[in-house]
Amino acid sequence: MLGILIVILTMLSIVFGIKNGTLGEVSAASIDSCTKAVELTVYLAGSMALWGGLMRVAEKSGITAVIERLIMPVAKRIFKGLDRNPKAAKAVCMNITANLLGLGNASTPLGIEAAKALSNPSSDRNSKRNIAMLVVLNTTSIQLIPATVGAMRMSHGAASPFDITLPVLIVSILSAAAGCITVYALYITGAKKNEI
Amino acid sequence: MRFSDILIPAIIAFILLCGAVKRVNITEEFAAGAGENLKTAVAILPSLILLMTSVGMFIASGAADCIADIISPLISFLGFPKECVSLALIRPVSGSGALAALENIFSYVSPDSYPGRVASVLMSSTETTFYTITVYSGALKKKPDSRIFIAAAAADLTGFVLSSLTVRLFFG
Repeated sequence: MLGILIVILTMLSIVFGIKNGTLGEVSAASIDSCTKAVELTVYLAGSMALWGGLMRVAEKSGITAVIERLIMPVAKRIFKGLDRNPKAAKAVCMNITANLLGLGNASTPLGIEAAKALSNPSSDRNSKRNIAMLVVLNTTSIQLIPATVGAMRMSHGAASPFDITLPVLIVSILSAAAGCITVYALYITGAKKNEI
Repeated sequence: MRFSDILIPAIIAFILLCGAVKRVNITEEFAAGAGENLKTAVAILPSLILLMTSVGMFIASGAADCIADIISPLISFLGFPKECVSLALIRPVSGSGALAALENIFSYVSPDSYPGRVASVLMSSTETTFYTITVYSGALKKKPDSRIFIAAAAADLTGFVLSSLTVRLFFG
């Protein structure tokens, strides 16, 4: 699916590159972007390492256990069998917390850690469904304060830059719910097919 | 001083302080956790290169604006502002591209106008979906399940439609 998407994007960029006369820019972007991917990874590597290190310290000092106790009642309803996988439970709860606080750089490595823990042991037949739930929760970015957009609104002279906070929270919770319901529906039929 | 400015330093200081109180070997544990994530960062790079190359070409071609022109009459009955259509198209594939699109919207409509508010809510309540899926599957070294794309697309579409509905509900 990702492969198909990449082919579609590439075909569209050539078609519209010819139509708009931007083929030169498209050509330059094809060479530039692979370098940008390396730059992004170097940038990401720094913050991923920072939060990975901090989370390890947080874990050893018992902070993650406290957060887990707060988030787990909600998380175990979304992720099947989460209470039987302590490593995944911890990572999922920390990932949700980082999302709520809007710590994008922290939530990505925590999400990856959660995905790894959810796919392990591989015998767990809920792992695909749980990873899909994790992706949906992370792509709907449920955050308490939309800091980045708020700052941009402020710089463009919004009267009250953060008056979008409640609408943002409502929209992200509802779209997360729509995503979770879709996962729920898709993976019910999947399980039946495998069983028969 | 903004809340977001104090948040991250406070979290870092709090974690390190708790570590010191609980007599955790801070440098050693930090290095162990950081090292593990560095390996993950390297693992996601190969799949990111392909995605970012095709996304970069797509944005450079100006395709998003052309497609937005084609589909905006079709969805105008939903009350979705035409200024936000190209933002909605770029949002799932590129975070930096979406930020540039939002900046562009704010340059010709006020952030307090209807399209300005819809763009703000849309930007904040959705994420770079395909990038997220690429990063996760790259780290797991597995092909993403195609059902993930359907679920993520359902969530994104809900977010797009509801962002305009919610702004109308709240700001009239």
